[in-house]
Amino acid sequence: MLDSNEALKKAGNMKGESFRKGLRDGIPIALGYFAVSFTFGMMAVADGLSIWQAVLISLTNVTSAGQFAGLEIMVMNGSYWEMALTQLVINLRYCLMSFSLAQKFRRDEARGHRYVAAFGVTDEIFGISASQPGKVSAFYNYGAMCVAIPGWVLGTLAGAISGNLLPDFMMSALSVAIYGMFLAIIIPPAKKNRAVLAVVAAAMAISLLFKVIPLLKNVSSGFVIIITTLIVAGAAAYFCPVQEEKQSTKAGEEEIMEQEINHA
Amino acid sequence: MHNIYIYILVMAGVTYLIRMLPLALSRKEITSQFIKSFLYYVPYACLASMTFPAILFATDSMISAAVGFIVALIAAYKEKSLLNVALFACAAVFIVERILEFAM
Repeated sequence: MLDSNEALKKAGNMKGESFRKGLRDGIPIALGYFAVSFTFGMMAVADGLSIWQAVLISLTNVTSAGQFAGLEIMVMNGSYWEMALTQLVINLRYCLMSFSLAQKFRRDEARGHRYVAAFGVTDEIFGISASQPGKVSAFYNYGAMCVAIPGWVLGTLAGAISGNLLPDFMMSALSVAIYGMFLAIIIPPAKKNRAVLAVVAAAMAISLLFKVIPLLKNVSSGFVIIITTLIVAGAAAYFCPVQEEKQSTKAGEEEIMEQEINHA
Repeated sequence: MHNIYIYILVMAGVTYLIRMLPLALSRKEITSQFIKSFLYYVPYACLASMTFPAILFATDSMISAAVGFIVALIAAYKEKSLLNVALFACAAVFIVERILEFAM
């Protein structure tokens, strides 16, 4: 039996370790973000916003598709309702992600952490967080947020200040960083699990259909992601339900915690 | 004319609520096998649909993007780290675009 002080210290170490891992995994996200938000900053200023306003949008929203759409509505002088509805539709995918994360977060951490971590539920941070084995600590998300959000905000600032701070060819190369990272998340499990492989292939195929079929082309990218995810994950859950042993049972969780404590 | 700061407030508010409510409201551990399985597959379906075909339109030319995609696939298949896969893809795009520039 551990002395309670000792136990607290170990718990602190675990949080620190999660945080540091989050920082590391957040670096490629920050790189990709920089490229995307640079474009956003440039566009926002070109559309008549001040540098400060462009940065404020990035700091408070941290979402690419939503911000670009929001900018368009500001330029068109749309209503506040239109703004709210557009954000709702484009960002509805975060609802799915947060729902998934709600199951994934450790249950022994204070609930308040969920309200803070929620702010950083982006496609990418969700991606790395969901791909952690077992339960994940909110501190892992904090780590990723601490790198990724500054990348996002500074990219906006740099883009807003100067449209040619980074030459075009650098921007072009950096813009695949995010996708490379996504692939690094989904491909290794797809190698080992046929159902995951089928999910990945089917999701890519369906979103390709949305890009090439004339009628489906008009669907906004946010909706394409929602529809594709619902269809593919739904079908996979129906035809290849995950076996119980893969899900961390209560006993399994305790075992993992113990292992982590031993590592720390 | 609408106020820019109210626009920003609406954007940020809606976006945060979408992210926060599911995390705040779903308190219990889900027991349904179907929903558990569904949530297990969500990230893969979501990330895959965001990656392809979007990656093909991310760079200046579809050729460099396609090469970047293939290089990233291979690096990911070899289980390189997130950062390395991303850097390999960036490097591939960079090199291909320099070659294309030269060839044009």
